[in-house]
Amino acid sequence: MAVSEAERGELTRRAKAIRSGIVDVTGWAGGSHIGGALSQTDILTLLYFKYLNIDPANPEWPDRDRFILSKGHGGVGLAVTLAERGYFDPALLKDFGHSGSPFGMHLDGNKVTGVDASTGSLGHGLSMAVGLALGARVQGKAWRTYCLIGDGECNEGSIWEAAMAASHYRLDSLIGFVDRNRMMIDGATEDVMAIEPLADKWAAFGWHVQTVDGHDFGALAQAIDEAQEHAGSPSVILAQTVKGKGVDFMENDPAWHYGGLNADLIARAKASLGAE
Amino acid sequence: MSEGLTWNVYNVGDMTQREIYGLVLCELGEKYPEIVGLSADLAKSTKIGTFGDRFPERFFNVGIAEQNLFGIAAGLAKSGLIPFVSTFSAFASMRAGEFVRTDICYQNLNCKIIATHGGTSFGPAGTTHHATEDLAIVRAFANLTVVVPADPFETAHAVRASMAIDGPVYIRIGRGFEPPVYESEDYDFAIGRAVEMHPGTDVTVIACGTPVSHALQAAGLLAEQDGLSVRVLNMHTVKPIDREAVLRAVQETRRILTVEDHNVIGGLGGAVAEVIAESGKGCAFRRAGLCDEYSMIGYPEDILNRYRLDTDGIVENVREMLGVEFEEDEDWEDEV
Ligand SMILES: Cc1ncc(C[n+]2csc(CCOP(=O)(O)OP(=O)(O)O)c2C)c(N)n1
Repeated sequence: MAVSEAERGELTRRAKAIRSGIVDVTGWAGGSHIGGALSQTDILTLLYFKYLNIDPANPEWPDRDRFILSKGHGGVGLAVTLAERGYFDPALLKDFGHSGSPFGMHLDGNKVTGVDASTGSLGHGLSMAVGLALGARVQGKAWRTYCLIGDGECNEGSIWEAAMAASHYRLDSLIGFVDRNRMMIDGATEDVMAIEPLADKWAAFGWHVQTVDGHDFGALAQAIDEAQEHAGSPSVILAQTVKGKGVDFMENDPAWHYGGLNADLIARAKASLGAE
Repeated sequence: MSEGLTWNVYNVGDMTQREIYGLVLCELGEKYPEIVGLSADLAKSTKIGTFGDRFPERFFNVGIAEQNLFGIAAGLAKSGLIPFVSTFSAFASMRAGEFVRTDICYQNLNCKIIATHGGTSFGPAGTTHHATEDLAIVRAFANLTVVVPADPFETAHAVRASMAIDGPVYIRIGRGFEPPVYESEDYDFAIGRAVEMHPGTDVTVIACGTPVSHALQAAGLLAEQDGLSVRVLNMHTVKPIDREAVLRAVQETRRILTVEDHNVIGGLGGAVAEVIAESGKGCAFRRAGLCDEYSMIGYPEDILNRYRLDTDGIVENVREMLGVEFEEDEDWEDEV
């Protein structure tokens, strides 16, 4: 399922709309985890607009593919992606984080349509993904489970407990992504708590590992295709990304892990994205 | 980067509980070379980073790994150092709960846990980042002292006072938008002793943390509007609880309301209920808090309002309690 030129244009348009939406919500909410939301956007765009076997009109469809945002603070980006995909009215996002809104910075799966797990505490998502993949096998279901993990999140021991279990159970229906933007809150991953050689670690835990440009739809799609075909073990795609991707003054700056935007900064961010 | 209504979680400009904590810890660090600091990728967010900037060789950021964080702290304490460990309350009490219990409390190690973003103070972050069960959990860890300062000044007191305790201490503070209750540090603070913030004979409001300031305002309003005499106790130490102050309040006011930014199960209200029930004394009693539910998403002031923990809510709670019947105890002196 390589990405055609027409598809690439459509995905690029969607990703831009989602990034622009993230900037809007950051303004409305008074702040968001914008850096990591922007770095993950191309992965989510490709999954939600090409790969996930889902039906926004029937969000609880039992046979749907599952997506777990293990780096739950990317919730602002997932919310905008779900709205763009038609799960709910994007106007609902104007109240993001406000009192009484269903949307918090970390999404509550009981309140927001289309969210497969309530995440936000790091290091939980991959374990739930392992459970979903096991659940598919036990019940003879064909759904795939996708899980997006932060690179800082890979510090958590529970990620590696889950990684061990996934390969132990040979869960080849499970496809993980690491948003390898090289930043966490307190600085660069390699300065705070080094995780390299990351590909070797995942391989040592029994995963099929691919390293690709996380902003290149063609490369990402090829990696997903290979992961889907790969049998006998889970796959992880180490997506090399840029924190704050698309907004020039945020790119690679850990200060934009979380931030607020006034009207002026919103205008500058939109200009940088080439969005209205 | 931020202005007006912007909720800039990680760079708050004014002097918050967390900032005061960072500064006091630096001051203690100068005096006690055995103090070391630890965090888990929340050095900036919890403000323990202030200590890390001053004493880089005595500070360890272990990455996003809370269980490891408390395990390493236990090892450092065993080596003879005094670790101050900071992360969000939800992660200190729950993610790393058993490491805190078994590595630190069970071994009775001299380790101070400064748990920030307590209760619902991290409002818009959502329920995963609220901690409305932490007091119930850590209160059940033997050897552990549990303190919930009402404001930045009290935070400074609590952090300093924790050094006098040769054992583990859990200090739960907010995110930084809590109004000050005191005007300065110039008041009598002692771990384990409640502070009477307002005298009263009709009802006693026992609170900890942010609700203390609301309780004080409620006492003022109730005096003005209802002619009620409301005692306010700042029960900053949830464990060991000040039994005497509770029992004196029972005897002298006969109506007790507890107020906490926490589930009504197991925290301050639970602790006070245990003292009252064991005394055998009759009184009207009510716990304000989250009624065994997960907290709503939103701004902290609206969350406190929703669960009736703010000034209006406390006023309502007190008024409702006035009509409550209870059995008078004949002999007050026998046990109290
Ligand atoms: C268990 C846990 N510890 C700490 C946090 C606070 N926190 C939120 S985001 C974050 C950094 C995440 O870094 P990374 O996984 O690299 O995400 P990204 O850079 O893609 O935003 C931290 C420490 C949390 N949400 N959960």
